[in-house]
Amino acid sequence: MTTMNYQVNEDGYYGKFGGAWIPEMMYVNIEELRVRYLDIIHSEEFESEFRQLLSDYSGRPTPLYFSHWLSEYYHTKIFLKREDLNHTGSHKLNNTIGQVLLALKLGKTRIIAETGAGQHGLATATVCALKGLECIVYMGDLDMERQETNVKKMKMLGATVIPVHTGNKTLKDATNEAMRDWINHPSDTHYIIGSVVGPHPYPDMVTRFQSVISKELKTQLAEKTGSEKPARIIACVGGGSNAAGAFYHFLDDPEVELIGVEAAGKGIYTAETAATLFVGSPGVLHSSMSIIMQNKDGQVTEPYSISAGLDYPGIGPLHAHLCKTGRAKYLYATDKEVMEAARLLTQKEGIIPALESAHALAALTQIRFKKEEVTVVNLSGRGDKDMETYLRYFGY
Amino acid sequence: MNRIDQLFKKKKKNILSVYFTAGYPQPDSLPVILSELEKAGVDMVEIGIPFSDPTADGPVIQQSNHQALINGMSLTLLFNQLAQIRKKISIPLILMGYFNPVYRFGIEAFSLKCRETGIDGVILPDLPLREYETRCKPFFEKAKLHNIFLITPETSDSRIHEIDTKTSGFIYMVSSSSTTGKNQKAKDLHKDYFERVQKLGVRSPCMIGFGIANRSTFRQACKYANGAIIGTAFIKALKKETPPEKTIPEFIQSITG
Repeated sequence: MTTMNYQVNEDGYYGKFGGAWIPEMMYVNIEELRVRYLDIIHSEEFESEFRQLLSDYSGRPTPLYFSHWLSEYYHTKIFLKREDLNHTGSHKLNNTIGQVLLALKLGKTRIIAETGAGQHGLATATVCALKGLECIVYMGDLDMERQETNVKKMKMLGATVIPVHTGNKTLKDATNEAMRDWINHPSDTHYIIGSVVGPHPYPDMVTRFQSVISKELKTQLAEKTGSEKPARIIACVGGGSNAAGAFYHFLDDPEVELIGVEAAGKGIYTAETAATLFVGSPGVLHSSMSIIMQNKDGQVTEPYSISAGLDYPGIGPLHAHLCKTGRAKYLYATDKEVMEAARLLTQKEGIIPALESAHALAALTQIRFKKEEVTVVNLSGRGDKDMETYLRYFGY
Repeated sequence: MNRIDQLFKKKKKNILSVYFTAGYPQPDSLPVILSELEKAGVDMVEIGIPFSDPTADGPVIQQSNHQALINGMSLTLLFNQLAQIRKKISIPLILMGYFNPVYRFGIEAFSLKCRETGIDGVILPDLPLREYETRCKPFFEKAKLHNIFLITPETSDSRIHEIDTKTSGFIYMVSSSSTTGKNQKAKDLHKDYFERVQKLGVRSPCMIGFGIANRSTFRQACKYANGAIIGTAFIKALKKETPPEKTIPEFIQSITG
């Protein structure tokens, strides 16, 4: 297993997954990105501004918190990586800071983004406000209803939020619409994809921006536990950006178990699920070859999850590769399990998690822990945006 | 000889190609639409394979894809309908769509079915050059299928030359950097881009598509290429409650008459 390569290759592939399945109308933009992204993000100027914004603006490093309650409950040592404490409330800001700085280097003046839960849209609108860039966010109509507070925040930040009425009116449809916008604005616009999906180089680029999570983990674990290696890392996976970031610096260390948790919705044997790796098959969606949810005719099927951020019928090609090679293990959690896990963390630790992040917490019941080993749960976001859903579910 | 090659051999100018989505507006509209288009003097037809996520298309073609899927259209059904009607139609037929349904059907199986049902060419805009060459080319060539590539106003001269050597049948010149169905006036068509391509002296015939909607845009486009392709405007015409036997001749007449 140590000989496996988990980095993207020159053609944009992780094993069999990835690539840039783009129409010619997107070629110039994608090619410009592909040719320039590594040079730009490795330049000293970029690195220093990126680092500074992550620390002074977003508040990084985010704490690594030892959860007494979870540790006692599961008879092991459980740490929470507090990505929920980032400015704007989730890990999404790591990527949008990176991509906005990159867009400026490319001379772009107009930023577009898709959003599901609104966290990526909010993070994009925030950095655009900071840098004075025009910002357009595409959001499914249903998601705008589910995540009303985030919509209001984006508007206050000066972004234009465009409702998308096609399909299930969720993340997949918002992504389609953002791609159409980019095709129609080929020269002045940069499309900030919010996850490790889309054509090469997006999956690799977003993974790199999010990899700050695992970089910090190493230092923090060494300080707190005496070893920079945990036994395992657990993260929720929709497209998979917080998981990719939390896994990245441990990919080549097979001693660290990597676990992604998908949204099962009402269960993987129902039609109402978003557990792509369990019900999907190879296919091309949003310009990337990966595992997708589709019918026998190759039509993409509609996913379902109570969490708007995981309600996506695909998964990043890195995760498809990690799953097929066995490097990472993927579990799933149902809506019901997720709500219970969120309630417990709230009442026992005083932390209200995002619905997405609660999937990682819910999967803890499926793991056999040893007493002395260390498990890290990536708490990717906070639950403020989900209060309506929680209140309705629990009837407070 | 492939029917597309025959067409460009005998006709050099003012070639009219029409796009429509299979399974739209009715599940079994395809045979009658094809017959009427041929009767009305259309030179070539592009049959759209409906897809759930048509990211390069504007609202009208999105809607026709959506309705076609509700109507139960699939590649299997499309090939069945084609097998029936092909004997009665002699103009070149092209399948156009997104890669995933073809991938799911099986690239080899798809190529064989195309050969069987008399398909002459394929346009899959989200199938890039490199992926075409590694995954599809051997099967397409065996089935004598042309694979047609797109260029846009943003495509560089050197890339146009490369595409010219890799495309077969013709080059699909996307008129502007946009999704399908953007309304354009004839005077707004990218004249400088069309002239740039003309000056490059490409070996392949060229057809201009996207935003060609009426007589004036068709004529304007035909000044710079062998012909032009009409999609969205035709789909819009089909929406009307009138039968295709009436709609289609009238529509084609409005373009060429």
